[in-house]
Amino acid sequence: METIQTDVAIIGAGGAGLRAAIALAEEAPNLKIALISKVYPMRSHTCAAEGGAAGVIKSDDSFEQHFHDTVGGGDWLSDQDAVEYFIHEAPKELTQLEHWGCPWNREADGSVAVRPFGGMKIKRTWFAADKSGFHILHTLFQTSLQFPQIIRYDEYFATDLIVDEGCCRGVTAIEMRSGQMRHFSAKAVIIAGGGAGRMFRFNTNGAIKTGDGMAMAYRAGAALKDMEFVQYHPTGLPNTGTLLTEACRGEGGVLLNKDNYRFLQDYGMGPETPLGKPVLKTMELGPRDRVSQSMWHEFQKGRGVKTPWGDCVWLDMRHLGEKKINERLPFVRDISISYLGIDPVKEMVPIRPVVHYMMGGIHTDTKAATSIPGLFAAGECACVSINGANRLGSNSLVEILVFGRRAGLSAAAYATGAKPGNTAALAAKADEAQARVRELFMRSNGTESVAGLRKEMTDTMEEGAGIYRTQEGMARTSDKISELRRRYRNVVLTDKTNVYNTDLFNTLELGNLLDCAEAVAVSGRERKESRGAHQRLDFTARDDVNYLKHSMAYYNGLEPPRIDYLDVVITKSQPGVRDYSGAKK
Amino acid sequence: MSRNPYVREVSPTTWFFRMPRYMRYMAREVTSIFIGIFTVIMLVGLARLSEGQVEYENFLAALRSPVSLVFLLLALAFALYNSFTWFNVAPKAMPIQVGEELMPDMVVAGSHYVLWVILSVFVLFWAGVF
Amino acid sequence: MMDVQLAERQAELEVLRYNPEIAGEPKFERYSVPCKTEWCVLDALNYLKDNVDPTLTYRWSCHMQVCGSCGMMINGEPKLACKAMLRDYPGVIRIEPLAHFPVERDLVAVADDFIAKLKRVKPYLIPSDKRSLEEGEYRQTPAQLKRYRQFAMCINCMLCYAACPEYGLHPKFIGPAAISLAHRYNRDSRDGGRDERQEELATNEGVWECTFVGACSEVCPKHVDPAAALQQVKVASTVDWYLEHFMSWVKK
Repeated sequence: METIQTDVAIIGAGGAGLRAAIALAEEAPNLKIALISKVYPMRSHTCAAEGGAAGVIKSDDSFEQHFHDTVGGGDWLSDQDAVEYFIHEAPKELTQLEHWGCPWNREADGSVAVRPFGGMKIKRTWFAADKSGFHILHTLFQTSLQFPQIIRYDEYFATDLIVDEGCCRGVTAIEMRSGQMRHFSAKAVIIAGGGAGRMFRFNTNGAIKTGDGMAMAYRAGAALKDMEFVQYHPTGLPNTGTLLTEACRGEGGVLLNKDNYRFLQDYGMGPETPLGKPVLKTMELGPRDRVSQSMWHEFQKGRGVKTPWGDCVWLDMRHLGEKKINERLPFVRDISISYLGIDPVKEMVPIRPVVHYMMGGIHTDTKAATSIPGLFAAGECACVSINGANRLGSNSLVEILVFGRRAGLSAAAYATGAKPGNTAALAAKADEAQARVRELFMRSNGTESVAGLRKEMTDTMEEGAGIYRTQEGMARTSDKISELRRRYRNVVLTDKTNVYNTDLFNTLELGNLLDCAEAVAVSGRERKESRGAHQRLDFTARDDVNYLKHSMAYYNGLEPPRIDYLDVVITKSQPGVRDYSGAKK
Repeated sequence: MSRNPYVREVSPTTWFFRMPRYMRYMAREVTSIFIGIFTVIMLVGLARLSEGQVEYENFLAALRSPVSLVFLLLALAFALYNSFTWFNVAPKAMPIQVGEELMPDMVVAGSHYVLWVILSVFVLFWAGVF
Repeated sequence: MMDVQLAERQAELEVLRYNPEIAGEPKFERYSVPCKTEWCVLDALNYLKDNVDPTLTYRWSCHMQVCGSCGMMINGEPKLACKAMLRDYPGVIRIEPLAHFPVERDLVAVADDFIAKLKRVKPYLIPSDKRSLEEGEYRQTPAQLKRYRQFAMCINCMLCYAACPEYGLHPKFIGPAAISLAHRYNRDSRDGGRDERQEELATNEGVWECTFVGACSEVCPKHVDPAAALQQVKVASTVDWYLEHFMSWVKK
């Protein structure tokens, strides 16, 4: 097997991976960087983010307010030292992107414009129309092109971390076009592999979001933290799950039930605000968990809009007018017309909650370091945690920048001081990884298909790990995933050729998803309280006595993960009531 | 066994039959041949003029032949077509932005047409047509 | 209640298949796929892969017209498979990998050439006046933003290369998307890198290879209008030349 020597290997070339690479290149120009991704960087799912990125910049705003919005939005599960660091770095990172050319929307005087977003008390979301993630990703990718020491390995599928003597010293990856495995020997590794939303049937995530990075770190011994917290975005197209940004509501769109009633006022987010004049942090600008949960209750009460794709509610943007929609939400208009045949300028759009984001991920500290020396993580695959039990819209695009950079700096410092590993031992580990893939090729008596197992997985996740959960449902789902993980050993490859074998990659992806899904199901089963995005019908209250803690899932072979708990870091905000009523505002 | 990317050759002589839009493009390009020939004829006319009045009269007579007339009409039609396509793309090549708004295509293309008419009238006037 | 009937339809697909390890030549394979009429071509391919033939190979990810992975020829036209709605294709749907690129396997085209060209044109901000973070953002009015924004919308899907006959005939041509991206930075009020980019752009492999067929703009799924970008670069380069040769005392 060919060994590629590098100083730092980065797995994933989306927003976090690219930001890490640039930080490394600027911080330590002598280090060789291998940027490994299973897709070309601009295909990474950062490109699908629409609404924007939060950072304190205007004079009416303050770090204090961003801090409290984030911590309260996360139902006090966020680590407050991490949030503190995050909010202070946010405006610097967004300004840095501006200096690299990001086309942020502007005020008439040429300063950066901000828009309102859910759960934020002040307008602080920087945006580039409704293509913010797209512009961030392309700006980072294009900026990265000027650094010769960033060597890209596009369309390389990473399979395993190489951990020796307790330290991470590299990664194996398959060159997709040739099917050949490569051993990247590195002093430090950064995982920036994104989320795992594809474990659910109905999601906004791209096909590539299969938790590869999470699963690799998990199998190598790092903990997956707070995996039970899965965010439902309230406004997805009912047939395809395509995201319609929260900015639809930020700009003044409203949600109506079948009686054309703005139902959010019945769920602690009232009173009703005037049409076209959204009020921050209330009604349609409530946080995603609350809004999605309200929709679930409306459906239970039979007040949902019946559509061929199930219960929905209406998203009404007609009063915004064609000019504003074209200027601020052109992409939303495009995709509604494309996939539903509905023009939001003229008609209401049916929408329903859709799996969007994983608050949980690889446990890291505020320096983006995992518990394995030499291994760092950033972005959706990581859990620092700033998002706690519920992420606020427009914090994640900043998270990838702030902690992507942080991971780059930490890895630079680590790699500069790291001693080389034992070459023979590392090569042996790489061979083990290769043997695992070879075994898939050799297997001839398999009985299971990837598509079949995948369907059973997404069905059971949808059923047991949805917006509202019960002990019984989560236990059933945990057992089912456990069963699927066993059956996964009998998957048979149809395609046994080398060139661009997507059957193989889909199989590896399914294995990763199943590992992550089990962590979600078991962590959720064990958290007997309702907090943020984890809502239980059998434990409806938040329980700060027992569960003001991060759950930590540890890989346990074919057995379900071992769950442990870690205290939340609280510095200045004690757990309180999340108030999104507009009464006193 | 491994990679062997397959290259689909593009035929240098027949590629434009693949799509109607390529045919339209070729039609536009072909018009320039006629404009080129017309220019050569004009140069020949100049040469004849320098050779004396008789030569020049013969040249003019040749221009009036039916074959020549057909050709000239064709060349005129192609020249017009070429000019129209040229003016119509002017807003793309030279967009004019006033404040936040781009000037409508009609205004940019229209001003080209207006200028064209004025210049044509001037030339015709100078040539003594009016 | 939403009044929509979800109709079904048996779609006939002809897909170009090529596996270098099995056959030396690509050939079309025919499939009959049970589809919903609201589907796009990508949904039909996904159905095929999951239910009929797991070896079918193509790229895709976002399914929302922004990642640029699923570009392919659909009935001879370069399209994003997630934007090509079945309702617009009543007959047999013929699917091939993007034209003008070598075929790696099935519908996967080799993108190396495009990726290398992107890098060549220096598609990043080369600031005319460098700023520190403490100085805050550059001022850029909405009008200045509008000057380049359209050219910043390119998703690198390569459809324009598959449409451009010049690129097909002369693969050295830098091509529509890369030149548009360079032009995007040239028009940015914060940028001062035009001279550096001109070394690549104002050449025979650059804009002067373009004969303004206009196909790139017709197929662009994001209305970037690369043809306009190229013509604008030509006009500017021509002005440069005249200034340099006849009016060298005038500063560019």
